[in-house]
Amino acid sequence: MKLKVNTEIALTHLLTRKKQTMVASLGVTVGIGIFIFMISLVVGFNRYSDESLFKAVPHIRIYKDDILSRPLMPFIDSVYETVIVNPKIANLTKSLINPDKILADFKKQDYVLTVAPQVSASLFYNNGTSQINGIASGVNIMEANDMFNIQSTMLAGDVSNLLTLPNGIIIGVGIADHLNIQLNDNINITSAIGVIKVMKVVGIFKTSNSAIDKTKSYTTLVVAQQLLHQSTSYVTDILVNIKDPNKAPEYAKRFENLTNYKIEDWQAANEQTMASNKTRKVMFGAISIAILLVAAFGIYNIINMTIKEKLNDIAILKATGFKGKDVINIFIKETLIMGFIGTSFGLVLAAILIKIVSGIYIGGDREYFPIGFETPIFIMGSIIGMLVTLGAGYIPALNAAKVDPIEIFRK
Amino acid sequence: MEKKIILKANRIVKYFLEPIKFKALDDVSFEVAQGEFVTLIGKSGCGKSTLLYILSTMDTDYEGELFIDGIKITGQKQDNLAAIRNENIGFVFQFHYMLPEFSCLKNVMIPALKLGKYSYDEIEYQAYQKLELLGIKDQALKQASKLSGGQQQRVAIARALINEPKIIMCDEPSGNLDSKNTSIVLDTFHQLSKEFGQTIIAVTHDNDFAKSSNRIIEMADGKILVHDLKIN
Repeated sequence: MKLKVNTEIALTHLLTRKKQTMVASLGVTVGIGIFIFMISLVVGFNRYSDESLFKAVPHIRIYKDDILSRPLMPFIDSVYETVIVNPKIANLTKSLINPDKILADFKKQDYVLTVAPQVSASLFYNNGTSQINGIASGVNIMEANDMFNIQSTMLAGDVSNLLTLPNGIIIGVGIADHLNIQLNDNINITSAIGVIKVMKVVGIFKTSNSAIDKTKSYTTLVVAQQLLHQSTSYVTDILVNIKDPNKAPEYAKRFENLTNYKIEDWQAANEQTMASNKTRKVMFGAISIAILLVAAFGIYNIINMTIKEKLNDIAILKATGFKGKDVINIFIKETLIMGFIGTSFGLVLAAILIKIVSGIYIGGDREYFPIGFETPIFIMGSIIGMLVTLGAGYIPALNAAKVDPIEIFRK
Repeated sequence: MEKKIILKANRIVKYFLEPIKFKALDDVSFEVAQGEFVTLIGKSGCGKSTLLYILSTMDTDYEGELFIDGIKITGQKQDNLAAIRNENIGFVFQFHYMLPEFSCLKNVMIPALKLGKYSYDEIEYQAYQKLELLGIKDQALKQASKLSGGQQQRVAIARALINEPKIIMCDEPSGNLDSKNTSIVLDTFHQLSKEFGQTIIAVTHDNDFAKSSNRIIEMADGKILVHDLKIN
């Protein structure tokens, strides 16, 4: 053993009081283990909730918002103000003008993953006397599948059936149950403006959201246009998926300056989900920081106690020529070693917890608890673990450096 | 031949502020030559330990000036003082103060490892030599806290010698020793001062111990009474 003398002293201190060393390390282990576990839980759950959100919501949606009627002659005289009593919504159509141009423009951007036109038509699904109102999305099914991964939610049938059957429809499982309709049955639909069609069910899907399952259906663009009595250039929405969903608000703002259509990012469209994500983050963050703090105080306490018990040793070291910074060095090394042991076991503890929890069956479309091994969180956890112990050891070490050997020797 | 002055104290005044302001050292001046074996005697509370702590550079809160080997110590920074202590001063404390978790050998080695002048192996060899000098080589690998008081005292002396300091300072070096061990320590000190030219300054209550030193300084009430007391 030919270590540096400071390291050797630190190690000897730790080894001769193994029990205390282990207790302090264990504090860090629990702190870091729970910290990483909690953060993984939040990240996993948020990812899961985003994923299930993106099965129905695009990252960015472009549509024509309702416009209120405005005075035709705004300024007659600055003295008078023109007022319209009881203004009405003045949209002539919900269609986007020249959607092909917008689609082509978006497809050119390198941050865009998929672009899909959509025609939304409200309608009733009928079977005999029972009736459900809902919304049909007229889409190019393959593009929509790229965007929402509809295929993964299919209980029966296949999305590609919609390509081959012009009067095909894919309905939510809620509609199928309520109207007692199975795959390949016919379904009668009536649009809001009275167009009646008989469609053939080519697929049934089930998302984790029962409100969607009870109302939504997919048809071809043409069918939806026919339901609204519109031509083939009629498109109500353009849906865009981008590479990094978190940047959606940024891009939405950029597009908004280019067109006068309403551009809505997914965060704005789902404020409630965003708010609950944020709440979760803050809540779990607060709990894990509290646990970390407790661990830090554990370390602080033990180092403080060690120093109190080692006042004699510190006095001797100083008398024989150790500087204040050597004393700090010795005690910082002790904390770092404890921190390292504690953090290492903390990583193992977190891994075990994650492994156990990821095996818990929760049902739904995810089936098992949405938690996984996130390397960045483990890295962050170990850095935080070392920093916290360093901080907890530094304060008592500073005090140790200030010990006056004379006061000890005089006693 | 004029002897080289190794330590010089010039008009040192020290106050204690607690519990009331009290003048512990009053205008103390003296010199110690290289190779001298000096003992400080006096009644309890006469300020001899206080003076030793100032001479040792550990206590910096005093008035007056202190020179060691021609270098002015007064007013130097703590870190510099630590380095000076490490290299030039060896200590033997009243209650032998070992690092209890370490072996005797390690206790002796630590100041030298700190100094870093020699390799680990050389230091280990020197430490064995010092322990042999004090007749406790056989205890070298025992944990310091497991030794008897007298043995610990001798290990502490070995530790004080490891860096071959110019000055060795002792607070009651014979306090825990029987007469046999005391004579070993005395012989060692004489050998050090004669053969190696090391200076020894010891605070003691033990008149027999003091008698066998080169010079006795007697103190009372914070002042030096006699610079070269003769005891019969």
